[in-house]
Amino acid sequence: MSAFRVEVRVMPRAALLDPQGQAVEHALQALGFAEVARVRMGKHLVLELGAASRDEALARARAMCERLLANPVTEDYEVAVDGEVPR
Amino acid sequence: MRRVAVIRFPGSNCDVDTLAAAREAGADAYFVWHRDTDLRQADVVILPGGFSYGDYLRSGAIARFSPVMTAVAAHARAGGAVLGICNGFQILCEAGLLPGALMRNARLRFLSRPVWVRVDQTETPFSCLYDKGEVLELPIAHGDGRYVVDPHTAAELEATERVVWRYVRENPNGSTNDIAGVTNAGGNVVGLMPHPERRTAPAVGGPDGARVFHSMEARHATQHAVDMRAPDDRHLRV
Repeated sequence: MSAFRVEVRVMPRAALLDPQGQAVEHALQALGFAEVARVRMGKHLVLELGAASRDEALARARAMCERLLANPVTEDYEVAVDGEVPR
Repeated sequence: MRRVAVIRFPGSNCDVDTLAAAREAGADAYFVWHRDTDLRQADVVILPGGFSYGDYLRSGAIARFSPVMTAVAAHARAGGAVLGICNGFQILCEAGLLPGALMRNARLRFLSRPVWVRVDQTETPFSCLYDKGEVLELPIAHGDGRYVVDPHTAAELEATERVVWRYVRENPNGSTNDIAGVTNAGGNVVGLMPHPERRTAPAVGGPDGARVFHSMEARHATQHAVDMRAPDDRHLRV
């Protein structure tokens, strides 16, 4: 059993209105960052968990997303094992 | 007199008003703590408004795993009446007892003010004393009130007339098809964003919400009078 650091990215579905992302987009443009064409805003979660392997850590994190971390109606998620956490 | 369980989560804040509204309508209403697993022979379960678990992660996302929700889901599956108001609606969606989800208001601001909704479906335990098409003034108080469903489910909700209340004159939060409240396929689980428990008498701004709670009792009366059927086989209206 090793300790893994898993990063979870949860984003609102592309087809759905993301008013928070739009507000940030408009603020950036107002500050002179005219090159900004679109901003979307989601959540970034960092988990530390114990697992026998990277694959198991990934599978468990995906199960957590399905069950709790992402809403299947409105959000998509990506999971990446960042690496083993040094003891 | 129906037994009405009002569930209290950490962060519920409309629980006392909801209990009072149910009692005013004649119900035997009582609180059930979210860690309890026994609904104590409830006929009706109400999930009140508030900010359960501080709305962390998503509104209702953590509350839906509270121990009491197993009993609420079993009650709903058995055809029992369940009402979710505001945060309670969010919890029912997160729990999969109602379709869709509630997202941040389209214009981002938290909205606390009266709105107008039209009653589109009166064949539910919480709307049967209203007339179809009646327009009600009810208050909203939410930041995450934008009801979202995929286009396929939205079409199904419309085709099967499961939109119970719809915003009229204006849509305050950008919800799909101006939806303010919906019911499940069985018609026994109902959720809405406006707060009927805050409009139960002229002294608190108007009486338009009171019949949500009186409907529970009226429905009870019709269920006990199962032989009282009109010639066209529809239940007589009480």
